[in-house]
Amino acid sequence: MSAAEEVEVVTEGQAVEAVPKRAMTLGYGTSLVVLAALVLIPLFVKNFIIFQMTMLLIYGLAVLALNILTGGSGQFSLGQSAFYAVGAYTSAILMEHAGMNYALTLPIAGIVCFGFGFLFGQPALRLSGVYLALATFALATAMPQLLKLGYFEHWTGGVQGLVVTKPDAPFGLPLSQDMWLYYFTLVVTIAIYVASVNLLRSRSGRAFMAIRDNEIAASAMGVDVALYKTLAFGVSAGITGVAGGLGAIAVQFVAPDGYTIQLAISLFLGMVVGGVGWLPGSIVGSAFIIFVPNIAEGISKGLSGAVFGVLLFLVIFLVPHGARQVAIVAQQLAAKLKKN
Amino acid sequence: MELFANQVLAGIATGAIYACMALAVVMIYQAIDHLNFAQGEMAMFSTFVSWQLMQWGVPYWGAFVLTVAFSFAAGIVIERLLFKPLAKAPILTNVAGFIALYAIINSVAGLIWDFTIKQYPTPFGSSPFLGSQLISTHQAGMIGITLLMLLLLFFFFRFTRVGLAMRAAASLPESARLVGINTSWMIALGWGMASAIGSIAGMMIAPVVFLEPNMMLGVLIYGFAAAVLGGLSSPFGAVMGGFLVGIFENLVGTYIPGVGNELKLPIALALIIVVLVVKPAGLFGRAIVKRV
Repeated sequence: MSAAEEVEVVTEGQAVEAVPKRAMTLGYGTSLVVLAALVLIPLFVKNFIIFQMTMLLIYGLAVLALNILTGGSGQFSLGQSAFYAVGAYTSAILMEHAGMNYALTLPIAGIVCFGFGFLFGQPALRLSGVYLALATFALATAMPQLLKLGYFEHWTGGVQGLVVTKPDAPFGLPLSQDMWLYYFTLVVTIAIYVASVNLLRSRSGRAFMAIRDNEIAASAMGVDVALYKTLAFGVSAGITGVAGGLGAIAVQFVAPDGYTIQLAISLFLGMVVGGVGWLPGSIVGSAFIIFVPNIAEGISKGLSGAVFGVLLFLVIFLVPHGARQVAIVAQQLAAKLKKN
Repeated sequence: MELFANQVLAGIATGAIYACMALAVVMIYQAIDHLNFAQGEMAMFSTFVSWQLMQWGVPYWGAFVLTVAFSFAAGIVIERLLFKPLAKAPILTNVAGFIALYAIINSVAGLIWDFTIKQYPTPFGSSPFLGSQLISTHQAGMIGITLLMLLLLFFFFRFTRVGLAMRAAASLPESARLVGINTSWMIALGWGMASAIGSIAGMMIAPVVFLEPNMMLGVLIYGFAAAVLGGLSSPFGAVMGGFLVGIFENLVGTYIPGVGNELKLPIALALIIVVLVVKPAGLFGRAIVKRV
């Protein structure tokens, strides 16, 4: 190779688009409509659909967490399933072995995962782009194997996993277990959503976005790049952990093979479909990863994978920026209608 | 000591599989700057095509040549139809496209050729190589083919006009366009070549892991790891990375107690991460200098 090639100069390309922080959320009116729909729909549908809506919120939380990491701080992760698994196991073990109340296990799952993510963020600091993708990918492939290890079998139940009891509605409320769990999840989700929106609007959020848009410029402005990058990992892992804990309670079961790399890939697809960096899109993305595989199966049993792929291609061809693009177009249409 | 030497030899034999795949991974990375998650499935599909040709009575080398040509064309067609329209879309959207392609190819192959495991012939025979039980003539042949491909690629990029144009298009697209290189077609060519190399990798790997739609999943993970370890900017590094990962994996399984088959992969990956933390551009890669 020639000498001129030794030093390859590349102008820095942006891996993740810059999304202004105002464009990251919904307006008040739309938020209220969505909220009302989420509160009212379960009153009119069957238990199974309520269960699916619970999962919708839970995966929505996990996608939101990835969105904070990727859309907020510009780091890429294929390892979210590992944090989800740690959260799920923390909740399950505390409930089944320590007899703790399910609601109390969630903050603990969040804190454990925050610590785990923060620590994992340290070596990941030196990596970016595909290298970071590979490192997080390694974490995701290793996690199911680690959970199966003999040393922890007493706690984790090994390959068999653990069965988790579903909580009843408290204070004798006349709600079915599914419905109670749904509203409980809804409250947690809204709390975390509001907290995330505020986080991204805060000083820390601006630091995340500065790092995403230009790391060198950010550090020149006095942003502690190492701290905020690891912090983003920690926050993302913490939220994913809470989602994992909720997921364990909702499906009443944890097992190593439920948290493979496929889950991480699904969450990633959810983020892309919802729109990277657009927090409300998380729920759209979550709906995509829960319902589209079922729809694909319904269209053709033998070719469900192909149908899923074609649908995914359609989405990214029509709206390469995900649901965010749809929302922006809708907003512009509404503004035009108002003028006329 | 003999155990050590044997394990290294066995590691080189499995490493040849990873090296083959890593070469295809690096090829596409050079052309488009992404890791193509569907690479393994494309290789698997090509291998099935060659198997089908042989079922129809085409001799091995005839099927080999036809398959490589088919894969080259298919790679270009996929790029023109599916990924050229996405050229301006965000990178993460492209990655989602690779995942979609993966799902489609896997499912279609499963439908055409079903999921039963099939034998795949080898042109080199499978007797012990030079009297060693650890490495068969097929594996030796596979190492030979990998090194031959590496040599051809080196000559292609170093001494041909097209090779030079591809390098230019990959490193500085704007300037390349200014001197009259059609960068868009260079990307298509990169897809074609990656797909052709992948098909050779698939046909070499199939006799070892047997032919079935999911045969490439594990291989691709190791192939990525090998390519990243060796440095994504260097085909030579990718091949070395492949052999190193193979040797790593075998030594870990032999010398660290309590490591069964299940922990081999996580430990190999962990070692790779350690290497990357120390040397972020991979062992043989060039560090990229960024203009601020």
